[in-house]
Amino acid sequence: MREFSYNDIYFLLDATQYTVWLSLASLFLGSVVGIGICLLRLSNSKLIGAIAATIVAIGQGVPPLVLLFLAYFGLAFAGIVVSPFMASCIALSFFAAVYLGEIWRSAIQSIPIAQWEASESLSLSWAQQMIYVIVPQAIRLATPSSVGFIVQLVKNTSLASIVGLVELTRAGQLVNNATFQAFQVFLTVAIIYFCICYPISLISRFLEKKTAH
Amino acid sequence: MYFMQFGWLWQNYDTLLYGALTTILLTIGACAAGSAIGIIVGLCRHRGNLLLRTCGAAYVEAIRNTPLLVQAFIIYFGLSSVGFRLDPLPAALVALVINCGAYSAEIFRAGFQSIPPAQKEAAESLALSKIQTFVYVILPQALRNIWVPLSGQFILIMLASSIVSQISAEELTAAASQIQSQTFRSFEVYVVLAALYLALSIVLKTVLVRMGIFFFPEQRILRRSAKRARSRGR
Repeated sequence: MREFSYNDIYFLLDATQYTVWLSLASLFLGSVVGIGICLLRLSNSKLIGAIAATIVAIGQGVPPLVLLFLAYFGLAFAGIVVSPFMASCIALSFFAAVYLGEIWRSAIQSIPIAQWEASESLSLSWAQQMIYVIVPQAIRLATPSSVGFIVQLVKNTSLASIVGLVELTRAGQLVNNATFQAFQVFLTVAIIYFCICYPISLISRFLEKKTAH
Repeated sequence: MYFMQFGWLWQNYDTLLYGALTTILLTIGACAAGSAIGIIVGLCRHRGNLLLRTCGAAYVEAIRNTPLLVQAFIIYFGLSSVGFRLDPLPAALVALVINCGAYSAEIFRAGFQSIPPAQKEAAESLALSKIQTFVYVILPQALRNIWVPLSGQFILIMLASSIVSQISAEELTAAASQIQSQTFRSFEVYVVLAALYLALSIVLKTVLVRMGIFFFPEQRILRRSAKRARSRGR
């Protein structure tokens, strides 16, 4: 047993990079899949819309932790050996895709239908309507909540510690196992998370105020 | 070729049921106590003096910007390391209540802000005391306005309660992990677990929507007429 010292804080900060990488990777993948889910939900076909709605219901009705277990054990079940990082990335990407997809869908649907009609009367194709008329307006509406969601995503990367990825929370557990000073260790871990998440929350709130005016 | 096998389910369904019951009770407790904290902190942030506002903001920001898993570790391992021991289930409940309190405080604050000041003035002119004004005039209207986001928050708390399995609180996820470690049917167990959580969240959502209709029947009429006005606008 030893004291909680600067070396441990350095170790925690070193592990934080995995938290950051995991967040960025799942944010990127989740955005790509989220665009897909958003478009599927906007589809005119009832069947495709229903399938997308089911995917969203599953993603929002199952805890991220269970999604992570499913990705970790499910891929092993299918005979694919995945690293904890890969499994966490897949689960968190799905989690992000479902929530971001819903944020973006509601932003697009809140654009007045007259905008679609006006752009259609200018004989723009569907893709042109989307790219030049709808999306630029929807982005302004969706940005504050999308940025706010990044905080949720960063916080949920702590779940990766459960399947053994040595990110910030897991590093905290390792330090705690050596020092037995759980209060100081996990408080430090919480402060590091706060330093990552709070600026993102502030940006989200700033954008919200800006859009409201 | 390996097929999914669910034979274990018949020997272990009572463990799962017991876990699901614990999850339900944890959720109800966390949402009830969390809402109480949320009302108080929301009120502090809405109409407190500088000290109350700062304390409320610090609490809300500290909880909303750190993971629940780490909060649970601080409450369970951290407090016991400084000499304040809690059993897993009480620790889990405390963690969830503190978490739910911070999120619902923001929702309640928005609710209080949505009430026009004229309501308060009207209540004053009827000689209602400050407490009466709050209980009979402000709170019911605020609750009606925020019922939908508050319900969403309750469902998120139910899902988040899976995290307290990591401080060995015996709820649904912990029950599934226990079965998994006995039967080694990890994928099947977690598929069943996901289905159970999905069912729980659908049931909870239905109950909350029904409660909203029961307690705030006028809300439906308002929403319907707003919808009609919008379609007429087109």
